[in-house]
Amino acid sequence: MKKVYSNATEALDGLLKDGMLIAAGGFGLSGIPELLIAAIRDSGVKNLTVASNNAGVDDFGLGLLLQTRQVKKMISSYVGENAEFMRQYLSGELELEFNPQGTLAERMRAGGAGIPGFYTKTGVGTVIADGKEVKVFDGQEYILERGIVADLSIVKAWKADDTGNLIFRKTARNFNPPAAMCGRVCVAEVEEIVPRGSIDPDHIHLPGIYVHRLIQGPHEKRIEQRTTRKREEA
Amino acid sequence: MAGEMKGWDRNQMAARAAEELEDGMYVNLGIGIPTLVANYVGDKDITLQSENGMLGMGPFPFEGEEDPDLINAGKQTITELARTSYFDSATSFAMIRGGKIAAAILGAMEVAENGDLANWMIPKKLVKGMGGAMDLVAGVGRVIVVMDHTNKAGETKVLKACTLPLTGKGVVDRIITNLGVLDVVPGGLKIVQLADGVTEEELRASTEATIVD
Repeated sequence: MKKVYSNATEALDGLLKDGMLIAAGGFGLSGIPELLIAAIRDSGVKNLTVASNNAGVDDFGLGLLLQTRQVKKMISSYVGENAEFMRQYLSGELELEFNPQGTLAERMRAGGAGIPGFYTKTGVGTVIADGKEVKVFDGQEYILERGIVADLSIVKAWKADDTGNLIFRKTARNFNPPAAMCGRVCVAEVEEIVPRGSIDPDHIHLPGIYVHRLIQGPHEKRIEQRTTRKREEA
Repeated sequence: MAGEMKGWDRNQMAARAAEELEDGMYVNLGIGIPTLVANYVGDKDITLQSENGMLGMGPFPFEGEEDPDLINAGKQTITELARTSYFDSATSFAMIRGGKIAAAILGAMEVAENGDLANWMIPKKLVKGMGGAMDLVAGVGRVIVVMDHTNKAGETKVLKACTLPLTGKGVVDRIITNLGVLDVVPGGLKIVQLADGVTEEELRASTEATIVD
């Protein structure tokens, strides 16, 4: 059971196919699998469908795959702050399936948990409900949403051991655990691979059963909106 | 722009919205004026949720202490507090959808007299996405909208029926604007409070929605 690979290109070897569905972790630019995204760009694989809450910015994260037109369709909840994304969508070059953020997270979690569909009240009475089964429970309407099972998951964590047990850091956890769970294969990139046994088993956020391949950084970890307060305001 | 608006300014609207919050509440604040509400909670023990996976959101960091792993739902760098907890997005929306969050305070493009809310897209013009707004309005205990009463063209945003794609149907409980406070009640909206210097006639003149007594 060798999970550790020396770089992103090697870790993705044999996993990429034109037209595949990829689930990616990250929120904004926080906790995005930046090394694996760059390697997917370099591979030239195309006609991808990518399930990810956001699409990065024009020159970082998933925005890189939009620039090269490798993405056919995005499944996302929010695409503001990305001019190229907006341009491709409004011109009809890129398909976009809007999912409410919680619905997208639960679709990934459910897909990974063997649950093909679930009912939610999110989106009832909106365009999100169009074409979806409506069911009434206890007098309230819910719509049917499908679990997502991805061909490949790409995620970013803080630390891992060589068996793929993952620890995330602060709000960089976000979509990474559900995205990891929903992939038939999951490749994780981390900032540090630590020796087996050095992570307290009670502190593991995602068990290694969900992680098939693993690489270690370095990461750029770009900040999208730097907001601060002055010290004298404290 | 704020100078041309009648009644409360952005900070006064935020301060009024903060009065809606009670000790012990877990609350989600949206982007824009709702973010300012955090400045006016005073001594009340309020825990702020950030839907990207955090309870106990702290203020912006000092310069030089920004952390790319610590952002809010508006992607701004923030800080943690002694009470903070982190969790993944599926868990975050489980607590939202599951009704554990007492209230959400959020902005709007349009609100209707039946509580319909539109705040995520303008067809063919502005497509940003709903983010977590549809989940929030469907799941939290109380939905409070804070917004200017009229748009930049001077047209009312408080309508009989929304014209834009909805974020939620019949979800809004209370509307706080620069002109005052309105509740969604059977048959229309009820005036709860007028902003300083605003008359009932002025509020009615700026409102398309049915106002009931």
